[in-house]
Amino acid sequence: MSNDAATAEAEGTAEAATPVPEPIPHGLGASLPPADARAKTEGTFPYAADLWAEGLLWAAVLRSPHPHARIVSIDTTHAREMPGVRAVVTHEDVPGTPLHGRGAHADRPVFASDVVRHHGEPLAAVAADHPDTARMAAAAVIVEYEVLDPVTDPEQAFEAEPLHPDGNLIRHIPLRHGDPEAAGEVVVEGLYRIGRQDPAPIGAEAGLAVPRPDGGVELYLASTDPHGDRDIAAACYGLSPEQVKIVVTGVPGATADREDQGFQLPLGLLALKTGCPVKLTATREESFLGHTHRHPTLLRYRHHADAEGRIVKVEAQILLDAGAYADTSSDALAAAVAFACGPYVVPNAFIEGWAVRTNNPPSGHVRGEGAMQVCAAYEAQMDKVARKLGLDPAEVRLRNVLATGDVLPTGQTVTCPAPVAELLQAVRDFPLPDLPKDTPEDEWLLPGGPEGAGEPGAVRRGVGYGIGMVHMLGAEGADEVSTATVKVQDGVATVLCAAVETGQGFTTLARQIVQETLGVDEVHVAPVDTDQPPAGAGCRGRHTWVSGGAVERAAKMVRTQLLQPLAHQFGMSTELLQIADGKITSYDGVLSTTVAEALDGKELWATAQCRPHPTEPLDEAGQGDAFVGMAFCAIRAVVDVDIEIGSVRVVELAVAQDVGRVLNPAQLTARIEAGVTQGVGIALTENLRTPRGLIRHPDLTGYALPTALDTPDIRIVKLVEERDVVAPFGAKAVSAVPVVASPAAVASAVRAATGRPVNRLPIRPQAAVATGT
Amino acid sequence: MTTHAPQAAQAVTLPTTLDEAVAALAAMPAAVPVAGGTDLMAAVNSGQLRPAALVGLGRISEIRGWQYQDGHALLGAGLTHARMGRPDFAALIPALAAAARAAGPPQIRNAGTLGGNIASAAPTGDALPVLAALEATLIIAGPDGARREVPVSHLLAGMEMLRAGELIGYVRVPLLHAPQVFLKATGRTGPGRATASVALVLDPARRGVRCAVGAIAPMPLRPLEAEQWVASLIDWDNGRAVVPEALHGFGEYVAAACIPDEPPAEDGSVPPLPPAVLHLRRTVAALARRALGRALS
Repeated sequence: MSNDAATAEAEGTAEAATPVPEPIPHGLGASLPPADARAKTEGTFPYAADLWAEGLLWAAVLRSPHPHARIVSIDTTHAREMPGVRAVVTHEDVPGTPLHGRGAHADRPVFASDVVRHHGEPLAAVAADHPDTARMAAAAVIVEYEVLDPVTDPEQAFEAEPLHPDGNLIRHIPLRHGDPEAAGEVVVEGLYRIGRQDPAPIGAEAGLAVPRPDGGVELYLASTDPHGDRDIAAACYGLSPEQVKIVVTGVPGATADREDQGFQLPLGLLALKTGCPVKLTATREESFLGHTHRHPTLLRYRHHADAEGRIVKVEAQILLDAGAYADTSSDALAAAVAFACGPYVVPNAFIEGWAVRTNNPPSGHVRGEGAMQVCAAYEAQMDKVARKLGLDPAEVRLRNVLATGDVLPTGQTVTCPAPVAELLQAVRDFPLPDLPKDTPEDEWLLPGGPEGAGEPGAVRRGVGYGIGMVHMLGAEGADEVSTATVKVQDGVATVLCAAVETGQGFTTLARQIVQETLGVDEVHVAPVDTDQPPAGAGCRGRHTWVSGGAVERAAKMVRTQLLQPLAHQFGMSTELLQIADGKITSYDGVLSTTVAEALDGKELWATAQCRPHPTEPLDEAGQGDAFVGMAFCAIRAVVDVDIEIGSVRVVELAVAQDVGRVLNPAQLTARIEAGVTQGVGIALTENLRTPRGLIRHPDLTGYALPTALDTPDIRIVKLVEERDVVAPFGAKAVSAVPVVASPAAVASAVRAATGRPVNRLPIRPQAAVATGT
Repeated sequence: MTTHAPQAAQAVTLPTTLDEAVAALAAMPAAVPVAGGTDLMAAVNSGQLRPAALVGLGRISEIRGWQYQDGHALLGAGLTHARMGRPDFAALIPALAAAARAAGPPQIRNAGTLGGNIASAAPTGDALPVLAALEATLIIAGPDGARREVPVSHLLAGMEMLRAGELIGYVRVPLLHAPQVFLKATGRTGPGRATASVALVLDPARRGVRCAVGAIAPMPLRPLEAEQWVASLIDWDNGRAVVPEALHGFGEYVAAACIPDEPPAEDGSVPPLPPAVLHLRRTVAALARRALGRALS
């Protein structure tokens, strides 16, 4: 069905002339297919790696092989002398500020100058006329290191020599809420470890830098935060922001802050230095070395509960390994501390969180950051409470769930819809999948796969629950604003907004919003560059809310401009006119004209901004109204575990989610399925190993992303549509919260199947073995 | 000035017979033979290998099939995993077919070959424990039509090496007409490298059980004593019956033989194995027990 629709749309308006046109879905609530679906399926959609410019040079970046070393000298003589090499740049060639960083901390050098702090840190970059020459020249840069002991254990970071002039502690939040003396009848404790997930975008990093005649530079990148990246680049190049333009190309996968400044800043420097276009396409290995990862986290929890299983007090210590540089670790820590108790009513909470520097690869924003790690821990604690009291795990959770009007440990009252109980009941009551022995005609896909070693007699089935919450938009006083422009001419609307389509479906949503508001079918969304006003980074559901809101306001302004003359002419208010299918009609049917006629050759433009209500930073006790809105999700996992070998197969994940309002059912389903699958990866296989600070196996064989066989049946059993009154359309972000809840649900199910504690993610086979030790 | 490498310098030869291929390698000593390229191209892409010339083996039809030879199958080194995974091949050598089906995603199985699996000799090569258990013999083609035979275990153990200009032509495998099992443990449900694998074949004519454990050492390991011990417990004339305890004992025996305890300390105490190694040993024991159980059931 959606295929037909995509075809009809791609072939344009010619279809509309046929007597009975296929109804193309349009407007909010319809499953409008993405406009670029066909190009992406057929492989004709251009990504940054496909770009070309006449006379371009190829760049390569020299990266540190050591996690921690003092740089004695860097000798680029040999590299410069190689035939075909046009420029070699090091820290000495950075004209602007040498340090940059996302978030509050500018602590990261463009090129390491005196010390390298992580494996893969850039030291130099080369531009040459062939990619191989560039790589060989980068390898010919002679760096003399004095290798230092790396600090790789975040617990050691407090006592270790400072890795950075700012020290090793990036942020400490000691959250205090309620009565520290409160105690419950049962106490459960646990120590949990979460591994290092890599966002592993399917398209590795690539970019093209083109020098401009005015001394500036244009960067063609798959940036998810073009204005943020531009400001960093301009500061490092010593240029004004207007002299640096980032043009966003197709984004081949982004579940995180996608771009790695370690290659994108050198790219522009090389273009400025050589006066030629410079291109770089990262190998998979460089991609793993370059971009930031999810924070590995160590969590220590103590839950106090009364005899009925109601939580009395939660004490927790949360330690985030930020790696060598701060990046957005402060934000991740705030989310981890604020949501440390989960979507449960906890009257007394004492949570200490730290984010520390180590010589591990830097951590940054990956969706569900902070919230995902604590979810795995607090849900494990809920399982322990249930076990200790002999209660059903779902029942214990139901006795504690949060609802609208309850207070978070940060002191913030939950004002948005919080239908947590409804979500949990929905997944609990959904029928369990058949055991294979009940339906012998279906082949049983055993843990270990179709040609694996699984043996039915050793397989145990387990059922577990995970309930997650995330905040939407930036927190703690971040200025969340987006600007959008809507233009209508000849019955065709165009949206200009710097919100990047990262795969989250923003361009489709923008088309739907304009279709709904202006009644025109044909809506185009212009490509994004930094000449447009900022729209912020594409993360935490920002664009659905802020940019979607801005598009709606701009479209409404255009609507008013369009209808005002007509309304005036007929002596009625614009509210009494409606637009549908390109026709304007009045409530009484007296007036009927087309949008094109009403436009009368005019072009209507409107620009609007959307800025949600402000938030405030967490204070020194971790208190404050830090979040604009929250979204919730409950997942029930069913797993099969081969208890002798410890192999796990997730059979089914039943998802119930609080979505506010469904704007595009097909897109929504795809986002939830993608998020759940990413969570299955965290639960079972995804862990970038860094023994002694060195990244091992930076490839997709060593780093196992879930394949179709690893991905379970995903059943979306309920989407609760309780509109969030402060959000545009009442819709909530949907992508991040399934990532948060699904690892916890899988771990809970493995716990039920094996009786083992399962306190580490990803779950190692030896932790899922139920016989012997 | 440009450093763009002219394409002509990269000579690619596509011989159609084994002897032509050997001659091409002799003519260009710097040339690298390539069959499926599933390992070679990964090395090229990562910059570890920049072959000056390639000898493509894909057009040598004589090594892309198999023939029968006095109770043995003579398998061409160019057989792909996909071909070996098909039912007609599985009826001949079931364990090799199972290993071929487990050897990765379809794209890899369509390209990767038996000979390439042997030549790469990766510890996780799925065909290798099967060939070790079958006691397969390699027929290696050398210059001027020379052929020499090398047991696969000798090559994998480094006792004999491929000499310059030689190619693996065929693999001779006995046809045992008895159950064979290949089992592989991986970290996931989808295709993945083995953390441990066990190949087990029954040889009813010689009343033998032959077993090889893959992926836990640089080459497949043969627990010879465990094989002999369990073969003596099987009632070969009576439907190959065996007591269940023997299956458990065999699993433990194989695991302990392949993953031995640390040598005792000076005071005689045996230091415990690290948990990850213990788990690997437990996995090998389970695989060996299951493999024998399935072969005898």
